[in-house]
Amino acid sequence: MNGKLKSTLINYLFVLPAVLIFAIFYIYPFLKVFQLSMVEWDGILPTMQFIGLDNFKEIMQDKIWWDSMWHAGYITLIALTFQNGLALLLALVCDREIKGRNFFRVLFFVPPILSEVVVGLVWQWILDGNYGILNNLLSSIGLHSLVHNWLSDPKTALTCIAIVHSWKGFGWGFIIMLAGLQTIPRQLYEAARVDGAGSWQMFSKVTLPLMIPVFSMVVILTILGSMQVFVLIIAMVGQGLVYHTTVPVLRILGAMTGSSRFGYACAQGIIFGLILIIISFTQKKFSEKIKQA
Amino acid sequence: MDINLKHIIIRRTKLSFIYVLLSIVALTCVFPLLWMLGSSLKTQSTVFSDPSLIPASPEWNNYYLAWTKGEFGVYFLNSVFYTTAVVFGIIIISSLAAYGFSRLKFPGSNILFHMFLAAMMIPLPGSFVPLYVLVNNIRKVLLEFLTAISPFLIKIFPAHFVQQSIAFIQHQAFPRTAYVFCMINVGLSLSIYILKTFFDKMPGALEDAARIDGCNKLGIWRHVALPLARPALAVITIFNALNVWNEYILAQLILSSKETMPLQRGLIVFQGMHVTDYPLLMAGMTMTAIPIIIIYLIFQKHIIKGITAGAVVG
Repeated sequence: MNGKLKSTLINYLFVLPAVLIFAIFYIYPFLKVFQLSMVEWDGILPTMQFIGLDNFKEIMQDKIWWDSMWHAGYITLIALTFQNGLALLLALVCDREIKGRNFFRVLFFVPPILSEVVVGLVWQWILDGNYGILNNLLSSIGLHSLVHNWLSDPKTALTCIAIVHSWKGFGWGFIIMLAGLQTIPRQLYEAARVDGAGSWQMFSKVTLPLMIPVFSMVVILTILGSMQVFVLIIAMVGQGLVYHTTVPVLRILGAMTGSSRFGYACAQGIIFGLILIIISFTQKKFSEKIKQA
Repeated sequence: MDINLKHIIIRRTKLSFIYVLLSIVALTCVFPLLWMLGSSLKTQSTVFSDPSLIPASPEWNNYYLAWTKGEFGVYFLNSVFYTTAVVFGIIIISSLAAYGFSRLKFPGSNILFHMFLAAMMIPLPGSFVPLYVLVNNIRKVLLEFLTAISPFLIKIFPAHFVQQSIAFIQHQAFPRTAYVFCMINVGLSLSIYILKTFFDKMPGALEDAARIDGCNKLGIWRHVALPLARPALAVITIFNALNVWNEYILAQLILSSKETMPLQRGLIVFQGMHVTDYPLLMAGMTMTAIPIIIIYLIFQKHIIKGITAGAVVG
């Protein structure tokens, strides 16, 4: 009996370091967010003022916050269409017998392994209004009218960020979708061809239904990743509170480091987290429905 | 014959169209990097005027200047330190836990394991706020403790040594340790998941043999489980190394002094101070990107495996 108890205790020791780190650096902060969301606190003074749900009420009327949500939504929309469309097209092309497939696969995955800081700074240099290669190129081929300051013009800044984000991200979708396509048995295509199916029919009747779980996963990953993008934006347009390219996570960071309102930052984090959970839950239900239909 | 020829022509056109598409996309993937490399070899005056990809007389000295004057040497060594420490920590801690969850019996093991799984699926935007508060609180308690015991220490050790040690803990040891633990936590859940899946599939015969030979549980973990798990450990190592090397926001919040900053943070700081010094900035960025690209080219199979594994859970 004593030996058995000792043995169980030793078993606990194996998971203890992981559980301790998890409790201190994940569970404690997780709970702390809820406590802080109901106070007004500058992060320095030892006293916090309890204000109940006032932070949440304030968020409801915070126009910049909801605009930042739209900005993230816009980036996500471009990522879902342009980035994933490109990823799917390339995956479909690479699924057939192509010479140098591995070569292309290696190259397409170079942008995703680079840091957002490096990617953001390189593209900032390329898009630079005065010395950027893009403007140089445009004026050398006679398109002077298009030359302008891409990242400081509110009309183009967000789109540029969304495109760079898609450039950095399409390799992920490509790898996952190509892996998914390669699990489809070749005999299915053969059978469809024998039955006289064309390329489009094969895609819509064979590939598409079998790929729904993979698409669903890519869509969720894209939404969660794109809604929370912010380091790329810091690298491209700076840390300051640039209104037309701000996104929710930058608002949270700004509320904390800029205006020293830790409670408000946590309340924003909770609202944003809930929105993300609702989106991915709805998306999951939605794709289950498609699967059944 | 005629139909056949038409068929071949259509096929050829299609195929060349595909290659053109693939080549254009591949080109856009590498062009920014080549442009970065090229710009890092130009001078402050030619970087704005010379449009060539590789300058006629490359300015290699930029790398020396970036390493010393730009302080990228310090940042680089810091990045190496953080990456090594975090990956080492994750390997030990996650393999112990995964082995425990997979092979050892104790009440609550299932609940604890699912807690780690849940952590991977719940998005926590802005989790850096409470983490920053946590690290700050620990720092405060530690400082109070150190100031409280310093009068006693001064009686034993020379005063300036005590002061230097306290300053070292406050500005170097503490922020570095805090950052390493935060980053271990970031990579822990996925690593435990990958390793547990691996251990679950591993045949138990070798462990039984080791047990009969008198090996205790820790010995079996060390001498049987870990060596067998090498493929899974490779995935974890590379995946976490990329993650730590590329991390930015926690580094900004926890590591405030230049002596402790890693590369990603150093790049943003450098850019903020020398807005137009593009050649040195590009040299610093090349130093940041090259190790990652080399590791990627060597281990691309493992990296892609890790991504597919991560995607399956998420």
